[in-house]
Amino acid sequence: MPEARFAPQEILLPVKAGHIAISLMVALFLNLLPWSGVWLWIKPDFVALVVLYWCIEQPRRVGFVAAWVLGLFMDVADGTLFGQHALAYSILAFAGIVLHRRVRMFSGTPQVIHVVLLLLMNDLIVLCIRLAGGADFPGFQYFIGSFTAGALWLPLGALLRLPQRHA
Amino acid sequence: MEHSPPPFFKTGPTPLARLLIFSALSLAFLIADARFNYLVSLRQVAAVILYPLQRIAASPASIVQRIGDFFVTHGSLRSDNARLTHENFEQGALLQQLKALEAENAQLRNLLAARDRLPIKVTTAEVLYAARDPFSRKVIVDRGSQHDVLPGQPVVDNRGVVGQVTRVYPWLAEVTLVTDKGQFVPVQNVRNGLRSVLGGTGSDGTLELRFVPLQADYQDGDELVTSGIDGVYPPGLPVARVTGIERSVEQIFARITCVPLGGVAHYNQLLIVNGTPSLPPRPVETQKAPRSRKSRSG
Repeated sequence: MPEARFAPQEILLPVKAGHIAISLMVALFLNLLPWSGVWLWIKPDFVALVVLYWCIEQPRRVGFVAAWVLGLFMDVADGTLFGQHALAYSILAFAGIVLHRRVRMFSGTPQVIHVVLLLLMNDLIVLCIRLAGGADFPGFQYFIGSFTAGALWLPLGALLRLPQRHA
Repeated sequence: MEHSPPPFFKTGPTPLARLLIFSALSLAFLIADARFNYLVSLRQVAAVILYPLQRIAASPASIVQRIGDFFVTHGSLRSDNARLTHENFEQGALLQQLKALEAENAQLRNLLAARDRLPIKVTTAEVLYAARDPFSRKVIVDRGSQHDVLPGQPVVDNRGVVGQVTRVYPWLAEVTLVTDKGQFVPVQNVRNGLRSVLGGTGSDGTLELRFVPLQADYQDGDELVTSGIDGVYPPGLPVARVTGIERSVEQIFARITCVPLGGVAHYNQLLIVNGTPSLPPRPVETQKAPRSRKSRSG
C-alpha cells in the first residue's frame, strides 16, 4: 500500500503481471490450508485481503474479473453455494477501486481502519446470503478474521512491495 | 499517480456498471445453484482446476504427521503392540461367537424366508480438510467419482456413522457430517426398538431427536443405531447416545439431545459404504389420487 503523501516517497518499479498472479495464487493456497478449530476463526480471508490490496494499489489492472473468478474458486473449495463469495468479492473490489485514492492518502492506523471496515462489509455480505439460505448465525467470532486481516495489512503491503524495489 | 488518468482516456464501463454486471452474474449463479441445481458441470471444472492446489495445501499436515510417525519410541511401539495383541485376542473370541450367531441368523432367516442382509462393502478414504465454512459441518475426503463414490452414500468410521456423501468431484468428495443442521439419520433405539429421526444441530458434538412424543420411552445412555428403513444407511450402525432429555408440558415434543458416537470432529480415516442396501421394490400405486390442480382445471 502506498506511503502517505507527506512521507519521503520511494520510486517503485512497475508491477509485473506475474507478480500479481503469484500473490493471488498464494492467497488462495493459504485459504485452502487445513485450518481447524480456533485457527479457523482467527484466520483472515487471505484472498479478500490480497484482492483488496491490489484493487487499491493497481485499480486499473486488478479488479472485478480476478475477484469474481477467485470467489467462484472459494465457493467450490468450501462446498458452498455457487456465487456467494463471487458476489462478496465483487463488491469488495468495487469498494477498493472507488476508494483507492482516499485510502492511499492515509498511512498506518487510519488506513488499517478503512481496510477492516471493508473486510467486515465483505463478511457481512456472505453472512446475509447464508442467513437468507436458512443457516444459523455462527456467533460473533465469525468477524474475528477481518481484524486479524487488518493487523496483517501493513506487513502484507511491505511484503508485496518488495519485488518492486530496485535491486 | 499513473493510476488516475484523465477521464477521456478511460476505456470500458465505469466501476459502478461493472459492479452491477458482476453482481447480477453472481446473483444469477446463486439462484441457479440454489434453486435449479444447474452449474454442476461448471463446478466440476472448477474443482478439477483447484484439485492440485488443494492436494498441495493438505500435504504439510500429512508430512508433519508422517515425520511424527517416524520418530516413535521403542517403548510406545511395544506397548501398542501388546495392547493390540490383547485386543485381537479378545475380539477373536467375540468374532467366533459372531460367526456362530451369523450362521444361526442366516439359518433362521432362511426358515422365515426373509431376505438376506447384504454384506457391506466399504472404501477407505482420508479426510483432506474440513470445509472452512463456519455455517456448515462438512469435510472433504480424497476419494471421488473415479473411485466409484456416489452422492448419497453413507460414511462411517470404526465407531459409528459420521455422515453422508453430498457432492462428488472426480478425485474428491464432500461429506456432510451428521452434526450439520440439515442432515437427518433415521435411527432406532437399541433398548426398545423405537424408531425416530436424528437431526444435526449445526454445532459440533450435539444431535437432536426430532418429533419424539413426550411420553416416548427414552432414557439417558440409550444407544441409537441406524434403522435402515430409509434405504440409504445400512441397518444396525451405531450413530449416537442419548445424553439429555427435557420433557416440558408446554411443548408438543420432547427435547432429546445426543452425542455422536463416530469421530465426527476428529480427523482420521473414514469408510465410505458402497453397497446400497437393496430394498424390496416400492408397492405399485394402483389408484392415483387425483391432483388438486388437475381437478380444478378439468
